[in-house]
Amino acid sequence: MDDKSIDSSLEKTSNRSNKIEAGNAIEMKNVQKTFDGKEFVLKGIDLNVRKGSLTAIIGFSGTGKSVMLKHILGLFRPTSGEINILGKDVVKMEKDDLTKFRQRFGVLFQSAALFDDMTVLENVCFPLFEHRRDYSHDKVLKIAEEKLVQVGLEKKHYQKLPSQISGGMQKRTGLARALALDPEILIYDEPTTGLDPILTEMVDNLILDTHRHREGLTSIMVSHDLAAAFRIADFVAMLDGGKVLLYGTPEDFYRSEIELVKRFVSKGMKTS
Amino acid sequence: MSVKIWAEDKIKGMGDMTLFFWRSIKSIPNPPSRLDEIFKHMEFIGNQSVGIICLTSLFTGLALSFQIYLGFKIVNLTNLVGPTVALGVTREMGPVLTSLIVAARAGGAMAARLGTMRVNEQIDALDVMGVDTLQYLIGPRIVAAVLCMPLLTAIFDFVAMVGCWFLAVKMVDLDQGIFFQRIAETIQFRHIAEGLFKSAVFGLFFAVICSYRGFNTTGGAKGVGEATNKGVVTSMVLIIVLDYFLTSLIRIYYLVTGQPT
Repeated sequence: MDDKSIDSSLEKTSNRSNKIEAGNAIEMKNVQKTFDGKEFVLKGIDLNVRKGSLTAIIGFSGTGKSVMLKHILGLFRPTSGEINILGKDVVKMEKDDLTKFRQRFGVLFQSAALFDDMTVLENVCFPLFEHRRDYSHDKVLKIAEEKLVQVGLEKKHYQKLPSQISGGMQKRTGLARALALDPEILIYDEPTTGLDPILTEMVDNLILDTHRHREGLTSIMVSHDLAAAFRIADFVAMLDGGKVLLYGTPEDFYRSEIELVKRFVSKGMKTS
Repeated sequence: MSVKIWAEDKIKGMGDMTLFFWRSIKSIPNPPSRLDEIFKHMEFIGNQSVGIICLTSLFTGLALSFQIYLGFKIVNLTNLVGPTVALGVTREMGPVLTSLIVAARAGGAMAARLGTMRVNEQIDALDVMGVDTLQYLIGPRIVAAVLCMPLLTAIFDFVAMVGCWFLAVKMVDLDQGIFFQRIAETIQFRHIAEGLFKSAVFGLFFAVICSYRGFNTTGGAKGVGEATNKGVVTSMVLIIVLDYFLTSLIRIYYLVTGQPT
């Protein structure tokens, strides 16, 4: 990567948010995971995600990004190691407690994962009906509509099924649903994979806007889109071979002397 | 694959399915109530199966009565066509055929629906939303199948006997009075209850098997197809195998309690 590109990228990173708080939202200590008892997918992940930060997790395919994400969400339990989220040890948590604890998360899946037999509005109402049973029907509808407005989805689409709206609108709906319970941690699982450049930019801006405008929100984004990760993230963690190879600000990545990081950054920026 | 590995694999699969079944059952009474979901699945498994059950049972009743009539005519026992068909339908044909038809229709749809939800990450979305997926997705399906199967079997029994009556009384001119009298003399409530009980058990099994297959789908569209296929085939085979064992158990129960078998 030449000096001009680095300068331009550093300039872009100055757009980042300024709401990082003291303390960690997520702490992973020497997290290891094997499914068959022989081969380790995670080989000792050490990662601290700062409260209020937007952290991007990058890496080549098959380096354990999704497995790591599922550990954060409590969908997988580590073979060894500690995972503390919002001050709670999720590894030792009972299933029922974990189920309740997950209400503090919001997740935007790669495919948006909308319920295809529910309308856009019903999708956003769903977590509210599940977990805010004391709310009246009207209140739930009001909150859901507010979330849809926040993500910029027009009212004329509210009664449509997910199959009747575009990919971008599905992402917006997925994000509105993830925001419905006002989560403390918002996770984006490869939010722009498979989208065209215009839609990718729209989703990136949506992530950035959402992160900036929500007090105390910690965001984690798993992404292949390096340019976007460096543009919007406060911190970036690069995984390789089931370990965190480098964790730092985008500037740290541009300046890194690690050969694999240099190669990844150079190739990633060229493709982007 | 060696026999040992194959056997280990099968035993592990059965263990997983048993745990899945137990956890799903255990989750049913947990809050929040899933009555809406149960009614929704009952509508799909029950109401939407009524048409096909009526059609198949009518022709089963007609065909079975005709065969029995032809056989009994040789020994001049045509008066026994009604009770013989009634016994066969209420105790065997009704529960087994109803379960096979509903397992193919609703069980297949269950596996396909859950499989699609799995590959589209909808089940993961429910998980991370803090929703107990077994309680929300599986429990209501099991309850709905167990409740609907006896009702559908009762409909099958009734319509099959209408077919039998039509053939015996209207087509081959047996006496209507004798037809009903013989049935009333032979059929007892326990014969009907036996079939209804069997169908509830079959409903439980096909709902668990098809849900398990769908819930644990891997590998995209191909995986959904395989899950549906395995769910339906396993359910159908198991219904037939299980029928024999249930029939034997019920006979033993009758012997123990001193009732005629």
